[in-house]
Amino acid sequence: MMVSAHDRYSDAFIRDVLDGTKTIAMVGASANTVRPSYFVLKYMLSKGYRVFPINPGQAGKEILGQTVYGSLADVPEPIDMVDIFRNSEAALGVTQEALVLSPLPKVIWMQLSVRNDEAAKLAEHAGLKVVMDRCPKIEYGRLSGEIGWTGVNSRMLSSKRPTLKAGFQHRGLGGKPTGS
Amino acid sequence: MSDRIPGFSTLAIHAGAQPDPSTGARVTPIYQTTSFVFDDVDHAASLFGLQAFGNIYTRITNPTTAVLEERVAALEGGTAALATASGHSAQLLTFHAMMTPGDNIVAGNKLYGGSINQLNHSFKSFGWEVQWADATDPASFDALINDKTRAIFIESLANPGGVVTDIAAISEIARKHNIPLVVDNTMATPYLCRPIEHGADIVLHSLTKFMGGHGNSMGGILVDGGTYDWSSTENYPMLSKPRPEYSGMVLHETFGNFAFAIACRVLGLRDLGPAISPMNSFMLLTGIETLPLRMQRHCDNAQKVAEFLESHDKVAWVSYAGLPNDPNHERQQKYMPKGGGAVFTFGVKGGYEAGVAVVTNCQILSHLANIGDTRSLIIHPASTTHKQLTEEQRAAAGATSDVVRLSIGLEDAEDIIADLDQALAAIDG
Repeated sequence: MMVSAHDRYSDAFIRDVLDGTKTIAMVGASANTVRPSYFVLKYMLSKGYRVFPINPGQAGKEILGQTVYGSLADVPEPIDMVDIFRNSEAALGVTQEALVLSPLPKVIWMQLSVRNDEAAKLAEHAGLKVVMDRCPKIEYGRLSGEIGWTGVNSRMLSSKRPTLKAGFQHRGLGGKPTGS
Repeated sequence: MSDRIPGFSTLAIHAGAQPDPSTGARVTPIYQTTSFVFDDVDHAASLFGLQAFGNIYTRITNPTTAVLEERVAALEGGTAALATASGHSAQLLTFHAMMTPGDNIVAGNKLYGGSINQLNHSFKSFGWEVQWADATDPASFDALINDKTRAIFIESLANPGGVVTDIAAISEIARKHNIPLVVDNTMATPYLCRPIEHGADIVLHSLTKFMGGHGNSMGGILVDGGTYDWSSTENYPMLSKPRPEYSGMVLHETFGNFAFAIACRVLGLRDLGPAISPMNSFMLLTGIETLPLRMQRHCDNAQKVAEFLESHDKVAWVSYAGLPNDPNHERQQKYMPKGGGAVFTFGVKGGYEAGVAVVTNCQILSHLANIGDTRSLIIHPASTTHKQLTEEQRAAAGATSDVVRLSIGLEDAEDIIADLDQALAAIDG
């Protein structure tokens, strides 16, 4: 899987990535409440992830109560996943910044429509997992079953009980996939 | 296991459905409720702002209906679906998301009579125009497309003429003009034909027919193929422009390859209101679980009845794509090789009066205006479904005065044949 063509990812791979992540640095996070990056930031926070917004123009301010940093190097804690909300070209520079962090992140994730194979190669060479052209909110919603509430084809089949978090309409990833 | 792609019958039973998390109920419960409580005000705000997945009000989403939507999306190979109160309202919401006054639809002329009425009259009062192409001649679509055309609309298997439409050829024309192709797949169902695989962008159904299959519940659905790039032109502002209804959100940017289904839900269904009842969603889901078994039996029975009628001396002609000499047979073999469907027409010798007589003489076949029931159905379109059309439109739709339409059910084929045999025998009497 690690050196795949990145055209498709198995559900198990995506689930491992999301399960193994606790902290996310979101590069290109927006304070505008109708931008996709704001949606994803809010959703991942609601699922219990710590999210560090990265946006030089907003550095020192807060988005959804989280302090915004000017660059990846400014984040004071270890980052598990770097989530890139920039264009495909810019993804290379962001990945290079990520690869000089200590400790190294575990995952480089590029959002829907963002793909940079050179960056992916660099990151995988350094032992990181790479996901491109996907959205962690959609993938979390798909694997938890939440996205089906909106009539979206999750492409998941399961005869097991969905994993519930707090509240009525709040699911988690739960254990390993069964029959999916 | 996790990367295995499930087969059609498995999807028909499982897609979209998990055990109910609070009770363990294995069959999807009927969530017969109008509304859903919020966890807190922030959760409510997230739901209203489309930032979280979840239910607010059954006019917009409902957990029983959601299973139906995901089930049909999976069966059609689409990214998402939106269920509605009827097939007609699925058409309304589809075109509402694409059209502004002065725009037009280029539609194949072999459509269900009710759809012809909807496009010719009701849509006209919205300022949406329709141009009729020859469904059997893909080039005729090309000739009618202009800079105001926002959609091409066809039926995969046309009702009632039994025409198998050349979806791939018409899709090529749609792609050339960068216009989405909308395909009504009611008569074929995804068991026989999956239009997205042949280039359709949106698939529509009246679930009332073969999908539900038992003639007990109305319902419709639209399936987003996830294939059309709504941001590639300025022509679809509901998808590609900031929406004032949602503080300037751009739906295609936010929801990607399932944005069309979202737009039809949060702008169309929310504001126009043709929501399906959760009870109907449940009935339709139960029907869909046996779709592969039923549809094959429908086709097998229809084939036998068509062969019987073809050899009957009071029958002038039979139009069934499953017959080797039928002009649609080659396309049927390409697009729906498992069968030619269960709705077809034949011409009875003696014209209008003979057509009325056959319908009246039947004892097992029911005289009614529906298709896709477990029961075999018979109707004379010229005196019923197509009565409001002009003679010219009736001819174009394959519903001239001698035409009798059958929807073959799941009874023993020998009994259906015996009933038609006695009904034909009694014509002269």
